[in-house]
Amino acid sequence: MFRPAGDDRRQIPGTYVFDGDAAQRGFAINDMCFSFNKAENREAFAADEEAYMDRYGLSEEQKKVIRDRDVIGMLNSGGNIYYLAKLAGILGLGVQDIGALQTGTTVDEFKAALLAHGTRLKEMTHQGEAA
Amino acid sequence: MSEIAGGIFTSHVPGIGQAIAKGLQQDPYWKPFFDGFHPVHEWLKREKPDVLVCFYNDHGLNFFLDAMPTFAIGAAGSYRHEDEGWGISGYKPYPGMPELSWHIINEVVREEFDPTMCQKMLVDHALAIPVELAWPDAESWPFKLVPIAINTVQFPLPSPKRCFDFGRAVGRALESWEGDEKIVVMGTGGLSHQLEGQRAGHINIEYDTFCMDNLSRDPEALLQHSSLDIVELAGSQGVEILNWIAARGAMRGSVTEYSRNYHIPISNTAAATMLLENHEKVIA
Repeated sequence: MFRPAGDDRRQIPGTYVFDGDAAQRGFAINDMCFSFNKAENREAFAADEEAYMDRYGLSEEQKKVIRDRDVIGMLNSGGNIYYLAKLAGILGLGVQDIGALQTGTTVDEFKAALLAHGTRLKEMTHQGEAA
Repeated sequence: MSEIAGGIFTSHVPGIGQAIAKGLQQDPYWKPFFDGFHPVHEWLKREKPDVLVCFYNDHGLNFFLDAMPTFAIGAAGSYRHEDEGWGISGYKPYPGMPELSWHIINEVVREEFDPTMCQKMLVDHALAIPVELAWPDAESWPFKLVPIAINTVQFPLPSPKRCFDFGRAVGRALESWEGDEKIVVMGTGGLSHQLEGQRAGHINIEYDTFCMDNLSRDPEALLQHSSLDIVELAGSQGVEILNWIAARGAMRGSVTEYSRNYHIPISNTAAATMLLENHEKVIA
């Protein structure tokens, strides 16, 4: 072995580092998502998802997670979020919808958590000004 | 001789483009971010740079995983943005400056960097949005563009030190350019944010503040972390600060902070805008 085995690789909780293994595993799903830059391809996918996934040679696992709109599953099967974002657009999902799906929260809860960081920043700034 | 007048550093969240298209600059959600550009507008009006050298990362418009360059330098006569999958396009094309691009390529390769050379190159929102923010009223672009893309998508990523050193080499190339253009550099992306995984929504105010505090006076402090360290600290997409680090590297004079704005949240992102001035070093 010339590279660390999977278990020795650095783990960052809740984070999917898009390394060479992920890139190999996810080539087909990412290739399909890259094609969505063109409007006619987005329309073709929307018209017949199964045929479109076949055209790009997605694995059964990759097809299943797309059918299920299972974002974590897409990441596990090698999807990269920059490319998946193009699929999300077709599905009418913004980054906060995606965030909520992955964190098991509602979209309002996900947005509230982001706003809470902003509130904390304001408090820190006011404290700094008072100091 | 050419002169690097300063550097603009800012986030490039796609939603900002939609806010611009809808004219939401005064909307309470967006105003605190857009207001951070007032000093940038004043400065650009005063300095009138002729050339923009922009360090950014492509999100899957021009580059795909079939061939992913670590560093790519545009050498085209013009550049344009296209639909990235969300049906948004129509930004004005950007005039290129191939003679300067090739000068930079020749000089950085002479210094043993190995960039990919691109005579055709689409530029994505990571360049288009910061340019719209900086020059909101331009009927035609008042600058010529050299786009430089850094891989922040496919690991292994270049290290922060490598990005800084690459930026230094670009800066030396700009300084040795014989034209009399005034140059502004730009680094886009960040600050802390993460789109994917159970940690989506991650934001790190302390790390962002550390970066902003050190960007002008001690940028090498940002090089103590590896790219994976930065992913852990700032989130998977927070690692886009590599573009800031490279752009800061290109500023080799006496560098001072002109303006700073930091606002949370814009979409899922801790959004920041900074302008640094680059003064010639005083020779005593």
